[in-house]
This record gives sequence, C-alpha cells and structure tokens, in this order.
Amino acid sequence: MSFKKVLIDNKSLIALLLLMGAVSLYSPNFLTVDNLLNVLRQTSINAIIALGITYVILTAGIDLSVGSVLALSGAVCASLLAADTPLIVAFMATLFVGGMLGAANGVVISFFGVQPFIATLVGMTMLRGATLVFTDGRPISTGDFEVAEAFYQLGGGYVAGIPVPILLAAAVFGVGWLVLNRTAFGRYVYAIGGNEQVTLIAGINVRRVKIVVYMLSGAMAALAGMILTARLESAQPTAGLGYELDAIAAVVLGGTSLMGGRGTLIGTLIGALIIGVLNNALNLMDVSSYYQQIAKGGVILLAVVVDSRVKSR
Amino acid sequence: MSELLRLEAVSKSFSGNRVLDEVSFSLFRGSVLALAGENGAGKSTLMKVITGLYTCEAGQVLYRGDIVSFDNPRHAMDAGIAIIHQELNLLPNLSVTENIFLGRELRNGFGLLRSAEMIAATETLLAKLKQTIDPKALVGSLSLAQQQMVEIAKALSFEAEVIIMDEPTDALSDVETRVLFEVVANLKLQGKGLIFISHRLEEIFELCDQVAILRDGKMVHVGPTREINEQELIRHMVGRELSDRYPYAAVPKGDLRLQAEGLCAPGISDISFDAHAGEVIGFSGLIGAGRTELAHALYGVAELFAGRIMVEGAERRLTSPQDGVAAGIAYVSEDRKGEGLIQIHSLKSNMTLGTVRKFCSALGLLDLAKESRAVEQFVDAFAIKASGHDMPVQQMSGGNQQKVSLAKSLMAEPRILILDEPTRGVDVGAKREIYAQIQSLKEKGLCILLMSSDLPEVLGISDRVLVLSRGRLTASFTREEASQEKIMQAAIA
Repeated sequence: MSFKKVLIDNKSLIALLLLMGAVSLYSPNFLTVDNLLNVLRQTSINAIIALGITYVILTAGIDLSVGSVLALSGAVCASLLAADTPLIVAFMATLFVGGMLGAANGVVISFFGVQPFIATLVGMTMLRGATLVFTDGRPISTGDFEVAEAFYQLGGGYVAGIPVPILLAAAVFGVGWLVLNRTAFGRYVYAIGGNEQVTLIAGINVRRVKIVVYMLSGAMAALAGMILTARLESAQPTAGLGYELDAIAAVVLGGTSLMGGRGTLIGTLIGALIIGVLNNALNLMDVSSYYQQIAKGGVILLAVVVDSRVKSR
Repeated sequence: MSELLRLEAVSKSFSGNRVLDEVSFSLFRGSVLALAGENGAGKSTLMKVITGLYTCEAGQVLYRGDIVSFDNPRHAMDAGIAIIHQELNLLPNLSVTENIFLGRELRNGFGLLRSAEMIAATETLLAKLKQTIDPKALVGSLSLAQQQMVEIAKALSFEAEVIIMDEPTDALSDVETRVLFEVVANLKLQGKGLIFISHRLEEIFELCDQVAILRDGKMVHVGPTREINEQELIRHMVGRELSDRYPYAAVPKGDLRLQAEGLCAPGISDISFDAHAGEVIGFSGLIGAGRTELAHALYGVAELFAGRIMVEGAERRLTSPQDGVAAGIAYVSEDRKGEGLIQIHSLKSNMTLGTVRKFCSALGLLDLAKESRAVEQFVDAFAIKASGHDMPVQQMSGGNQQKVSLAKSLMAEPRILILDEPTRGVDVGAKREIYAQIQSLKEKGLCILLMSSDLPEVLGISDRVLVLSRGRLTASFTREEASQEKIMQAAIA
C-alpha cells in the first residue's frame, strides 16, 4: 500500500530512471561522465525556462511567449556587448528587459482580463516580430571586445569541470524552490491556481502576484537567452522557436496540473531531464531529426496518458 | 376535481437522519398547491423524490392513479412532471428554440435540423403563455423573468401535467411577478396541477388553492388556503419552542466598533446601523434580501455607491478585501467552495492563507514549525477532525470545513467578524459547537455580524436582530422584542 504510494508519488523519477536504464543498455556511450554532463548542459536551458513556466502554470496560467522573449533578450544582450557594455550591466539589463516583457504579459492578463493563452500568444507573435525588427533579420555577434570573451563563459565555460549552464540552472532551481516552498509569495502562487476567488477574498493582492509570476517567467527566458547567445557568441533572430512547447512538456511530465494549484519544481526538473535524455538517446541512436520529433511527441503522449490513468484509479 | 398526483406516507433518510417522515398530500387538476416550510424542513428533498432524483424508502408516489418511481428527472419530465428550479437549467449561449429542443431536435432524412419547424413550434408554445419572446434570441440575452417563461414553455413542450416551481418569484420584480401569476392562472385553466414553493406568504395566499406545510420532515398541515390565516401559517412553519440548542449569555456592550451610514451598493440600499464590541448582530431576511451583498460591501468585495463605513471611529474606504483585512474585518463566506476554502489544498495552507506573512522571518522565509503550532491551536480549540494538517479540505465534512473557514478568519485576529450562513450544510452537532465558539468570541470582545436565513439560529444567538427585505433594512429588534412572527413579517415587507 505505502510502497504503491511511493511508486505513484515518484512516477516521474521512476520514468526517468527506466528511460536512462533502457538507453544505457542500447548505447554504452550514454552512461559516461562526458555524455551525462553534455545531457545536463543541453537540458539546462529548457529547465530554466520550465522553472518560470512552472510558476505560471501553478497559477493556472500559461506562457507561450518565452521563446520570443528569449530571442529578443538575447539580441539586446548581444548588441550591448558589441557596444562594450560592462558584463554585469549587460547581464542585469537583459534580465530586466526579459522581466519587463513578462510583466507586460502579466498586466494584460490581470488588469485587462485577457486569457493567459491569448495574451501570451499575442506576446509571442509581437515579440518575435520585434526581434526581427531589432536584428533586421540577421544574427548579432557579441563582438570582439574583451567583455564578449568573458560573456562566452556563461554558455561555454566550466567551473571545477562542470559546465556553467548547469551551475546556473542548479542555482535558479535552488532559489526557485525556496521561494515556492518557503515564502508567503510561494503560497499565494499555489493558492491562485487552487482557487483565485478564494485567494482574493482572503485579502491577497492577486494581480500583483500574477504580474510577478509572469515577470519571473520572462526573466528566466532572458537568462536562458543569454546562455544560448553566449554559447553561439551571437544572437539569432530565430532563436528559441518552439522552446515554449518543450518547457511546457517538461512541466507537464513533472506532474504539474495545467489546472493550476498542484505541482512541484522537482517534478519540472525531472520532466526537463526526461526530455533531455530522450533527445540525447535519439541522437546516440542516430535517429534522423525528422523522426526525432515524432518519437518525442509519442513519449510525452504516453507519459501523460499513463499519468492520468494512475490518477483516475 | 380529479387527482393528478398523490403521495402516500413517503419517507426518506440520509445516514440515519429522517428528512421526510410519512409525508402525504394530493395535487388536483386545475389547482395550485403551496408547499411551505422553513429552510431545511425537507421541501427540496420532497421535490427530488417526486422527480426521481431520490427514491423514497417507504411510501409511494401515485401519478394519474399509477404508482411511479422515476429513475431521473428526465424520465419524470417525459412522463409529464416538470420542475423549474430557482437556478434555471438553460444554456445561455443557445437560442430559445435550441434550449427547448435540446437533446430531441427535429431532424430530416439527411440528419439536418428542421429549424423552421422547431421555431414555429416554439412560437406556438410561447404564444400559449402570451409571451412575445423571439424564438431565435439567445437565452443569455433575456431577462430572468423571460428565461423562466422559456423554462415553462419547455415544460409545456413535454406536455407536462404537473409543474413544480421552486421559489420562482425570488429574483423577479413586482411587475414580472404579476406576469408570472397570470401565466400560472392560465395554466390552471388548462387543467395543469402546480406546486408552488415560496417563502413569501402573501403570494401563497394570493395564488394558491391549497397549502401544505412541512416542518422537520413531517407534513404538519394540509388544507385549503382560505381556511388558514397568516398567523396560523407561520405558527405551523415555525412550530417548536427554542430550547438550549443555542448557547447564549449577554455580555456588557463594549466600545463602538462599526458604524454603517446609508450604505448603497449592488443589491442593498440605504442601510445604517451601529455595532459594538461584545455583541452579536443577527441579519435576517429571505433569500436574496441582500445579506451577502451587505457582507460584501462591509468587507470591500463590492464597492459602495454611497454611504460610509466607520471602523472604530475612523472612516474607511474599502475597495477590495485587502482593505477589509487592513481595517480589522474578517469575513467567512457562505460559499465555502467558491469563496471560502481552496478545496484541493490542505487544512494548513487554507487556514493560514491570509496570514502566512505572520509566520515569516525577517528574510521572508516561512517558519514552518511556528505555522504548524498556530494551526494546531485552532485544530484543538475547534475540535477539528482531520487525519493531519496536510489533509485536503475537500475530504473533510461540511462541519469541519466550516470550522477551518472560521479558524482561517480568526488567524488574522480581527476586530469585527462577519459570518455569512456559518451553519449552512453543517450537521447538528457541529452547529452547536460553532454557536459555542461564537459565544466565546463575543465574550472575548469581538464584534460579530451574523448573516443567516436560519431564523431560530438568528433568534438563538443574537443580541440584536436586523431584518433586510429587498436590499433595505425594514426592522430592528432587541433580543427581547424579536420573535419569528415579527421577523417574518418584516422580511416580507
């Protein structure tokens, strides 16, 4: 009975371990330190975006604009660096831009009552357009100044043998977990998704909480955008296309309810890892990138169906 | 006069509680029967037995001379017994015609809708009711009175012989009520039998031929309306004397806590009163009289059009619940699911929802142990039965949920407590415990406003009773002056 409950409560983790076991049987290269670090590094961008989206989904919202926010923030960052802006200034300014773009979504949603799906769909379209205008449709190089060299470390550097993106992801997950589970704000996030009207009647500033949540989602997208830009040493106008879907998939695979009010960040991390391992495995198995998308979609569908079967029992 | 519907000694229990006890009555063709009784007397259970939502465990229902037992309301409707609920069962985004033919649309050989035919049939039905509603209009765009007419038309389209109306005039204006009465008189002439449930005594006397009175699940009186007067009707409804079901002791009145001056807000107009520390003020009135609207205005959920609210001598502008909380006001909603508790969340996180900041350190981090201790105190004090602090409230009984709601509002250490229907859907034992809590809070100097449609409850625990009718204050009684008869009379004024 309790063993069964442990199984059900940790089903995402079990799915991840089963997947890893299966892949390691098929491909001996999988369980090497180099490859695992590689998987983690590739997963970190999606995980960071998914962290922000977890907050949003917990309030029963959705954020489709993260891919576009990522691209625009990356472009802003690259052009700042190309103008020899000090690293910390460029970094903070980019986070600020991402946060404000997200906050704009939040304002549209909580003050004008637009459905989150529509508001952020509009955000996705408009910000992609803004990115194309800003970049004139061409990549922006981070430039030849020393600051660009330092910035590269954000995406391509190592500390104590561990890629920097992994450390960044670990740090934001640590802080993100603390905020969600050990602060009043975190409680409000869950409460709004659980029942917005009850939360309002309890005297909580629901609008402010929502705006902050979307702001956080935007800032996380901006951080992911900087990691990507750093690694490529340039900002691509089409960067982040479709990233929102991978992030939402990670959140859902992690067991967070799209209805809001229920879910965990640990789950999201596991969900992101499942997607990361899957991508890696399909590469190791030399599956053509055309088939990869079909395979990935199939696995996500399977996971969600199994999940709802377990829940309804 | 031929008999349409007869109930013989119908009984029904819920978990050992007898809610209907050998109820018998007859409904005749071409007549209107009033079903009267207090809230909780068993009226709606009785209607649910007739329409097949519940099955009776003893006794029988005879319809046109045959014993019947319907599986569900749709079967009852097919047989000719229709019920029109207070909350109408129409889809606002469909047209009048589409609503009436929902689920039994007329189709041609290709499976396409025979729209013109359905629209014509709808027109005929509405004409029978002397209504000029456009059959193609969306139901959502109609007034409530018109929607009711659509429901009646729908019942007629099933060739209903028996039409039950549950408090149909509650949401209607006087003029609309007139129109409804004409329609009812017309249906009578067509030989239909109608059951009319209403709290408004004057309507019973005007409209109904027979009156049947339920009290605590028993039929205490059935007879022609003309053989009974208003006083007797009220006495039959109220019946029992009030016993010590209600713990009450007066405490010395404290300082002036709340002054409401000429409050106008959605659903209420020109309401003024004072409330003191150590006082329970009961607000009585019919459903829809404006109690919840008043509570919302006092807590900041609804904004005032006019008037002012003074809390402890200082004027407060309340534009959101946050303002209410800041002014030291707490509100326990009548709607536990919609406004009171997050059903999927735990006892603990519900109880500390509004006050979680109190348990945070200077850094903003939650002290879970401190929170746990505070929750434990209330769980003990209120004798809340739960498997643990993490138990989702949706798994708790109504009484325990209500205690969690109360604890949640008291966590904020309010100066004024507004309780809206604090014992609705709560069993007798838990009711008594909640009354005892209210008494002890009063003794601690809280100012309590009790909004309740339960008359004995209001009389039992209030120091003063204010009566609302159609959004206005119509009477104010001290505990000594107040009686059920006087309150009833003021409530229907």
